[in-house]
Amino acid sequence: MTTLSSPKTETRKGLRVFSQRVAKDYVNPYYAAILLGIVLFAAFFITGSGLGASGGLNRLLMVVEDAIAPEHVDRTAYLLTMAGGEKNPLDSWIVFLTIGTVFGGAAAGWRNGRIKLETNKGPQISTRQRWLMAFIGGTLMGYGARFARGCTSGQALSGGAVLSVGSWAFMFAVFGGGYAMAYFVRKLWN
Amino acid sequence: MATFPLPLGELLGHWGSYVVYLLVGFAFGYVLEIAGFGNSKKLAAQFYFKEMTVIKVMFGAIIVAMVLIFLASGVGLLDYNLVYVNPTYLWPGIVGGLIMGVGFIIGGFCPGTSLVAAATLKLDGIFFVLGVFFGIFLFGETVGGFSEYWNSSYMGRFTLPEWLGLSTGTVVLLVVLMALFMFWGSEKLEQYFGGMDAAKEPKWRIGAGGGLALAAVGLIIIGQPTTLDRWNRIADEKTAALEERTVQVHPAEMLEKLHDDSLKVIMLDVRSEADYNQFHILDAQHVLPEELPEMVPALHLEPANTVFFVMSNDETAATEAWKTLQAESVPNVYILEGGINNWLTLFANDEFLAANPRTPHADDQLAFAFPVALGARQFPAEPDPHHYEFIYESKVILELKRAPVSGGCG
Repeated sequence: MTTLSSPKTETRKGLRVFSQRVAKDYVNPYYAAILLGIVLFAAFFITGSGLGASGGLNRLLMVVEDAIAPEHVDRTAYLLTMAGGEKNPLDSWIVFLTIGTVFGGAAAGWRNGRIKLETNKGPQISTRQRWLMAFIGGTLMGYGARFARGCTSGQALSGGAVLSVGSWAFMFAVFGGGYAMAYFVRKLWN
Repeated sequence: MATFPLPLGELLGHWGSYVVYLLVGFAFGYVLEIAGFGNSKKLAAQFYFKEMTVIKVMFGAIIVAMVLIFLASGVGLLDYNLVYVNPTYLWPGIVGGLIMGVGFIIGGFCPGTSLVAAATLKLDGIFFVLGVFFGIFLFGETVGGFSEYWNSSYMGRFTLPEWLGLSTGTVVLLVVLMALFMFWGSEKLEQYFGGMDAAKEPKWRIGAGGGLALAAVGLIIIGQPTTLDRWNRIADEKTAALEERTVQVHPAEMLEKLHDDSLKVIMLDVRSEADYNQFHILDAQHVLPEELPEMVPALHLEPANTVFFVMSNDETAATEAWKTLQAESVPNVYILEGGINNWLTLFANDEFLAANPRTPHADDQLAFAFPVALGARQFPAEPDPHHYEFIYESKVILELKRAPVSGGCG
């Protein structure tokens, strides 16, 4: 399998920590798809709900906001439902799913020798530019994910598998937005 | 009743159930990482047709999970009514999706994949996660300004089979075929733009694709359980409850629940519209029995402290409605004991009876004559609970809700 990110070229730049393992190739996409499909099915089968990420991040953020400005949280309708008054924003399954995701990612990275301090970017931009773009893109993603009531995992993947109309419309909008913008930011990646 | 999804809160306790989510999250993060989703270059390549891993993994996972979910539901293992289906807010979803698409190509991740990138110390992933936090913060601060738009085009639990008017099996097959076509196209694009060699793709992918399509055809054949199938599965247990009268609630208990601030009470009046207009209890909703199945998804979205009461003139129609709601797994449904006739017998005073005298009636017909249709205008529609003292056996027990009320982003 040829990938853009041949691990060998990355090792030069990356500072290796935690393990001296040789970074392994990523698995075949179809194989990953079947595994992810089984995880998604197991989530629905056992718990009745799918996967997600942005909701957990939202609640982690609420802990900070509630600590700094509890009155503000109590006065904003949208925040109130998560952390108003005595409510503990961490008291939600999605928070635990999100924490699990971080550990799962770290475990897979460690087993395959892919934990290393590095920045993945296109050849034409500097590392600092890449960081800035990552932050801007993340901001748009965070904003959009709350706007759409879900991110790629919670809406597109989970809602798509249970055939929600809104989730399918959302999914095509994400790809539409990405492809429409791709040409204009091609220098970031190529 | 289908065993799955499991009532985790009941089995493991409130915080104990979170361990399951921790494990599910772990598996999710693990698979995202080995798929290469911790690497922004691999994700961004999708939008330049060089490497279509995102499409393959995402649609592949969707069709695998979808086929398994509906097979499990078809054979009665999984209760689809208790599976969370993201409610549709069409336009906010599309606008949010477009914003996310732009964020995706600029930032190189989506929220889930950025967590995995950050966990494997990719600095761009860490900056992205910080950006996501900032974006979520901005949304929380600004949504108050456009909350009307944000809550617009709400369609509730709305699924593709309902939208297209096709059976679930047919839609599943169409989605599988669409995904397989996209995979074929993706490989062509990868060869053209990314210089990849399709011969290096594993041969088993064709068998896997064919297997999913065949399973979808099987789904069309076995179908999804109807309300009647669902009722037959629980009929023994539920008929016993009806016969022991553990679900028929005394009018005074319903009145007490109506005034209990810790509960949300929804009364469904399943009589004819004419009877409803003659007299009904204040705030009771009129629903024809044949409309009831369409209401089920909305009833599932009610909060966990909701208690439903169904009522007819006596009990016959209400019992049928109760059976439908039980079969469709709606929690906390009870029958108003003796129906509206019993309610009026208990709460009407002499003046009311003089104006609307008792008349002989057949089963489940109104037992009172109404010279003028009253609707909910006269006091028996809204009795003051403090004026009455009845002795009754309390039957309403609030059961823990099995169906999740929020999805992965709640």
